[in-house]
Amino acid sequence: MKTILLFIGLSWVGWEAWLPSAHPTRLPAFKSESVADSGKVIYDTYCLSCHQANGAGVPRLNPPLAKTDWVLGDKTRLIGVLLNGLDEEVEINGETYANAMPAHNFLTDKQIADVLTFVRTNFGNQASAVMPEEVKEVRSKKK
Amino acid sequence: MKKTTLFSALIGLSLAAPVSFSTDTPPARKPRPDADNGGLTLPQGFGAVVVSEGVGKARHTVVAPNGDVYVKLDRLENGKGIVRLQDTNNDGKADSTTTFGTFKGTGIAIANGYLYASSDTSVYRYSMKNGVVDESSQPQTIVTGLTLQRQHASKSIALDDAGKLYVNFGAPSNSCQEKDRTKGSNGQDPCPILENYGGIWQFDANKQNQRQSDGMRYATGIRNAVALDWNPATKQLYALQHGRDMLATLYPEMYTDAQSAELPSEEFLLVKKGADFGWPYCYFDGQQDKKILAPEFGGDGKKQDRCAGKDRPILAFPGHWAPNDLLFYTGGTGAANSFPAKYKNGAFICFHGSWNRAPLKQGGYFVAFVPMGKDGKPSGKYEVFAEGFAGGPEIMSPGDAKARPVGLAQGTDGSLYITDSVKGKVWRIMHGK
Ligand code: HEC
Repeated sequence: MKTILLFIGLSWVGWEAWLPSAHPTRLPAFKSESVADSGKVIYDTYCLSCHQANGAGVPRLNPPLAKTDWVLGDKTRLIGVLLNGLDEEVEINGETYANAMPAHNFLTDKQIADVLTFVRTNFGNQASAVMPEEVKEVRSKKK
Repeated sequence: MKKTTLFSALIGLSLAAPVSFSTDTPPARKPRPDADNGGLTLPQGFGAVVVSEGVGKARHTVVAPNGDVYVKLDRLENGKGIVRLQDTNNDGKADSTTTFGTFKGTGIAIANGYLYASSDTSVYRYSMKNGVVDESSQPQTIVTGLTLQRQHASKSIALDDAGKLYVNFGAPSNSCQEKDRTKGSNGQDPCPILENYGGIWQFDANKQNQRQSDGMRYATGIRNAVALDWNPATKQLYALQHGRDMLATLYPEMYTDAQSAELPSEEFLLVKKGADFGWPYCYFDGQQDKKILAPEFGGDGKKQDRCAGKDRPILAFPGHWAPNDLLFYTGGTGAANSFPAKYKNGAFICFHGSWNRAPLKQGGYFVAFVPMGKDGKPSGKYEVFAEGFAGGPEIMSPGDAKARPVGLAQGTDGSLYITDSVKGKVWRIMHGK
């Protein structure tokens, strides 16, 4: 079922945008080795409903992921948000948001690295990649 | 929530006593609608004028007997949380905008000769003289000391005609999981949140400094009822529930994105004393037409189990449309702007618009009308009454919406006022030429 879900995720952005071939064939999502691709699949599956396809979030509820100091700033803090979640009144680019960000510690180090790399290089963001080793380190310290 | 009629009738009577009935009501001359109806699409025969282009982060609204429009803000503007709009020359446009009240929040209503307004932790009221709010007076605190919660904090209010105040205590949770909105986290059974949230509490509308424990839990199993109103025609309380989110994100093996966009239904509730609508254990599936056991509590999308006995909605809407206000239309006393007979005692519902239908396109972002029968239940299907707020036929993400309807009020002349949460635009809808 997960594969089917990922398939749905893929079809939303349109295959053409994704694959080099002009006549896309239905490759399983996991076939793609690229970090950005796997990051996008994870984003679509776990983050999109709250932060939206364009990363703009939902006014008053879920913050944007475009050019926030959380996304672009300290990677340890950023990785921490994914591992532990966040549900307190914090300012994100001058606004506060009422919803709860759930912990995503069920994702692997690589999945978290990939989705954060995807976020840091999309929605107008241009920041360095997050490495699985960095996630691993933050995870081990939290224990 | 916004009943000015009874009160204004009284004022009208007491002031105008021997001479004529209408000296205190606003002039019968009607403002002219804007050429483009303020960007809205309305049924034949209706027009809209933009009262204000933007008052701030607007929530609910109410119109005083003298025609002044009050809008509650949930972000302070220059330190103030209530806006008063005055239209002195009766062209429909506010020519004076003033602010007062140092608290932000959602609820606002007029009853018993007071303007009631809520923050997320209190309910206050301002005294009124001859239908005019005494803004400089210190407000009385009616309910106080409520826990400041993050999610679903809006303390929507409604008042009946017997001195009772009803307050929404939204659940600070999606579905009462051990860890909110977290994949793999089980539902808490029994859900401890229900003791103080997830329902509507009744208070004495005239007693000061009540705590939550002084109130009575009037109904339970309601996740969040931003839309709450007393229907004077049937003398009953009504609400709309915001259904739970994230069925597909949390349970991809049970729900497709398409199902998760439609489910659960947003529920129109007739809230009788002691009612239990089932949250968090149950949600309403409009297609199966029954309450279904939530997956956090062992549900599989079909099983009913303990949900079979829960109270049902009187009408179900598609998922996630976010009903944020409800108004029972009583018609105008001055009659200058009264809507046609079919609207009398019917319900207007404001759909703020969805976010949790993504990746599918969003829904809501309009004001619906539901005709109501004498039995207090809908007598027909809902109709789209006002649309075009968002500024495009398809909204993929709420951040793209130019405006989102959030509050409704009836003017003494029968006009319908609508507020918007993006910039705080205010429209006045009128009938006739
Ligand atoms: C249930 C909705 C929800 C989901 C699902 C969700 N988030 Fe969040 N996210 C939030 C909320 C709400 C906050 C802000 C919490 C606060 O203010 O305490 C937040 C905060 C953040 C932040 C820090 C603030 C910012 O906007 O820069 C990042 C980064 C983030 N989320 C990324 C993600 C990623 C990546 C995923 C998917 C793996 C994800 N979120 C899934 C709701 C969600």
